[in-house]
This record gives sequence, structure tokens and C-alpha cells, in this order.
Amino acid sequence: MSSTTVTPERSGFSVSEYIVCLNGIVWREALRFLHQRERFVSALVRPLVWLFIFAAGFRQVLGISIIPPYETYILYEVYIAPGLMAMIQLFNGMQSSLSMVYDREMGNMRTLLVSPLPRGYLLFCKLLAGTAVSLLQVYAFLLIAWFWDITPPTIGYLTVLPALVLSGLMLGALGMLISASIKQLENFAGVMNFVIFPMFFASSALYPLWRVQEGSPMLYYVCQCNPFTHAVELIRFALYGKMNWVSLAVVGGCTVVFMIGAILAYDPSRGLVRRGPGGGEA
Amino acid sequence: MTATDAHIASQPSPDASPVAVVQPALSIGNVSHSYGPRRALIDVNFTVEPASFTALLGLNGAGKSTLFSLVTRLFGIQNGQIKIFGHDISRTPGEALRLMGVVFQPRTLDLDLSLTQNLLYHAALHGISRREARLRSAEVLGRIGLADRAASKVRDLSGGQMRRLEIARALLHRPRLLLLDEATVGLDVKARADILDHVRQLVAEQGIGVLWATHLFDEIMPGDDLVVLHQGRMLAHGPMSRVIADAGAQDVNTAFMRVTGTATLTGKAPT
Repeated sequence: MSSTTVTPERSGFSVSEYIVCLNGIVWREALRFLHQRERFVSALVRPLVWLFIFAAGFRQVLGISIIPPYETYILYEVYIAPGLMAMIQLFNGMQSSLSMVYDREMGNMRTLLVSPLPRGYLLFCKLLAGTAVSLLQVYAFLLIAWFWDITPPTIGYLTVLPALVLSGLMLGALGMLISASIKQLENFAGVMNFVIFPMFFASSALYPLWRVQEGSPMLYYVCQCNPFTHAVELIRFALYGKMNWVSLAVVGGCTVVFMIGAILAYDPSRGLVRRGPGGGEA
Repeated sequence: MTATDAHIASQPSPDASPVAVVQPALSIGNVSHSYGPRRALIDVNFTVEPASFTALLGLNGAGKSTLFSLVTRLFGIQNGQIKIFGHDISRTPGEALRLMGVVFQPRTLDLDLSLTQNLLYHAALHGISRREARLRSAEVLGRIGLADRAASKVRDLSGGQMRRLEIARALLHRPRLLLLDEATVGLDVKARADILDHVRQLVAEQGIGVLWATHLFDEIMPGDDLVVLHQGRMLAHGPMSRVIADAGAQDVNTAFMRVTGTATLTGKAPT
């Protein structure tokens, strides 16, 4: 048979193609989110339970001294609000990676991975899409919290946005990295227990670190090494129009490291995932 | 004029500036792949020409899906080389993948999205603008007879309709090579025949090169090219008539049996 045909000589991709792809991935993530209303509700209920019940109960037990970025004594509810915002992003990041495991098992992930655009870019788009969804959840939480007398300065709602984007990217990248190494959906529950809860509790989300240091110096150092602590502090400072440079550096650095790890893990030639026959991941 | 030439003359792709080059649609060169100590593919060599229908025939576990995963870059190539119209899938994956449409064995549609939304998502992954994507989606849905279901959820389609939608989706970015991995598995006789007719029509009218992985002999026609894969080795490759003649057989079933040294049932290879 004749082999006469044409070869398109166009190489590379235009900026508009990259933008169209990003829009498409964010649009699909938003559609999926809208179709899963219970996901939105549960994402809101979780931090609100902590705020309305846990914080109310512990208000009298845990005294908060004046620590930056606060300039006066604050209620415990005010203290844990940034931690709960970060918690929303932590759960959302893990939920996104859960959906990646699901997509991989169901085969949807292949649609993404056989796209001609660079795989690293595709994964970054997926990450941005997940972060965008988490922002909706966080701002909905802030709106409800406002009625609970958690009223940061008005400008704080704006200045916290970059911090939320960065922390959302970091936690999403971590989830993506974890999802690459998970073989089956069932295994994810175990990972949730080994990742989400230790990260959340060994952080400054629920109690200031000077309190932790008084109780357990060892745990204090663990909390200091926990990137989630720095995500919480970055959000806390940004919510009051201030900057915590150490947290910014840690969160930024971890985002880069987790993202590179996730891209390598999904790279067919260098993937960390042990792939088996049958076209799927073993 | 070949079917491909006719296609190029009548439907110049807006995505590419055509340059006349003689290239096979797909070229598999000395490809081997192992899962740890188990060798899934051993030195596989063959080409798929434009405007041709090549059946990749093999029993379950022959290595068909592994080969598909390598061609689509889901797996990294350990040994050998794979080219799509001259583009090395390892070195220039973007250019190679842009020319290829894929229908995987498992369903890869998003069941909770509508038919149009699934197509628009695929178009976005190929950088096709929303306006162009809407036009193409309406066109392909009309072609597969699902225009009136455009807003329905994919979940509500039958198995055959889902497969047709997957094929339409794979063609949305106007590829010149179409890979189908056991695309008719689980479908009834009529749905199978419809899909097969549709794909053969694409070969004849649009000059698309097709690699059709199957273990069903009755899906192969006399004019097809044949690649017989067995336990990771390619045991035969060529026009169906030549493969049958070389095996000294009367039909493809017997030829397969002789080439692979296995016993088969008429019309269906044993699993």
C-alpha cells in the first residue's frame, strides 16, 4: 500500500492553545463540583462544626495571648478561623487527588494524559482548577463566619487571596503526588488517615505553637517542620494584611517540590508509579 | 489518487500546513517492554499506512494493551522506537499525539457530563477554541446520529452509543491515525457492525490510518492488514491474504491457529 500522506510541520503550541486548555480543565472541574452539591455542603459543614461547636467549647479552656499578627486579645474562634480555612484547602486538595485516583480507575485520566500539550502543564492546570474550587469554599466559609463575629479587616479578604492560591496549590500538589502512588481507590482512606489528620493536628491550626512548646518541645519541632503549619500562618497573616516571610518561603518551596514530584510521578518515562499490564496502573 | 490524497485535497486541515512527505501513519520499530521480569512485548516491528485498516490480532495477554499504552505515551518506551507520521513519540510527544485519536478499551467518558460537554472538554485539551469546538461537536454528533441527545448525560446512553461518541470524540481534533483497543467488547452484534462500518468508512473517505486491536476474527475483512501478536511476539504481519497464504490456511481463523500454535473457536479466539 502506498505510504503517501502529509505530515503537519507545525511544532509547539500557541499561547491561546495553552489558555484554551486551562479554561477547559477549570471549566470541567467546576462542572463536576456543581454536580456534586453534597461535596460543597460537606466541605462547608466540616469547618463550621469546628467553629460553632469545638471552638465554643474550648473558648474558656484555651487562652490566646497577643501574638502576631493579632494586636489585641482575640477569641479562640478568631484564632482558629485561618486554620479552618487551610483545613478546607487540605481536604479539597485530597479530594481532588481522590478524584484523580477515581478518574484513573475509571479511565477518564487517560483522556487528560493523551492530550498533546505538555503533561506537566496539564497537571498544573488540574491543580489550578482544584485550587479555584477551594477558593469558592473558603470564601463561602468566611461569609458564614462573618455572622459569627469573625470579622477580619475588609482589606484582609483581598490580601488573603494570594496566600490561599499558594497554599491551595501546595496542598493540591501534595495530593497529586500522593494520588500518583496510590494503586486503588480503597487505599486512599488509609492515606487520608496518615496524611490529613497528622498534618492538621500537628500544626498551628488549633493552638498556637508556644502553647505546644510548653506541653511538648518535640511536638513543637514537628509542627515547625509541617508545611501545613506554614500554610496556616501564611493565611493568618495575609488575612490581617501582613506577611509572614518564613511561611511564604516554606509554602512556596514545598509547592515547587511537590509539583515537580507529581510531574515526575506522572511522567511515563520516569514515573514513580509501578505500572502493570492491561493499560492501567498496577 | 489515494483516499488520503483525496481527503487532503478536499478537506485541508486548519490545524496544519500540509507538506508532502512519505511517512507511515504509525511505525513501531523493535519495541520491547517488560513488567519487572515478565516480558510483555518482544522486538515488535510493524507499520500502519495511511488510509489502511490494520487489525492487531491477539488473545488476551498478547500485549495489545501494552502496545497501545506505549503508542499513546501512557507508558515510557523501554526499548525501540514509535513514530506517528515521522514524529518520535518519546522526543516530540506533542506533535505525535496531535495526529492521533484514541479509543481505549475501558470507557473514558465522563458519565455525569452531557455529550457536548464531553466533546468540548476533549477539544479544550487539544487547544481548540470554544467556538470551533462547538461547531465540530455539532458536526460529529450529527454524523453519529446523536445530535438530538447532545444535552443528555452520557450516563443515559447505551453501550453502543457511548462507543460511537468515543470514536467521534477521538476524531474531533481531526487526527490522521486512529487507535481502537477492543472497541466493540461488550456490544451487541448490531452495535458492533455499526461501529465497524463507521470506522471503515473513515478509512475510505477520510484516509485515516486505523489500528484496530481485537480478538474477534469476524471483524477482519479480506482487504485489511493483519498483525498477529502472541505472548508479546509479533508472529505475522502483512495483508490478510498473504498471512493466510503464508500459514497454508484457508481462513484467518486457521491461519491464526497455525501461526500461534493455539486452538481457536470459529469467529472468536479463545480467552
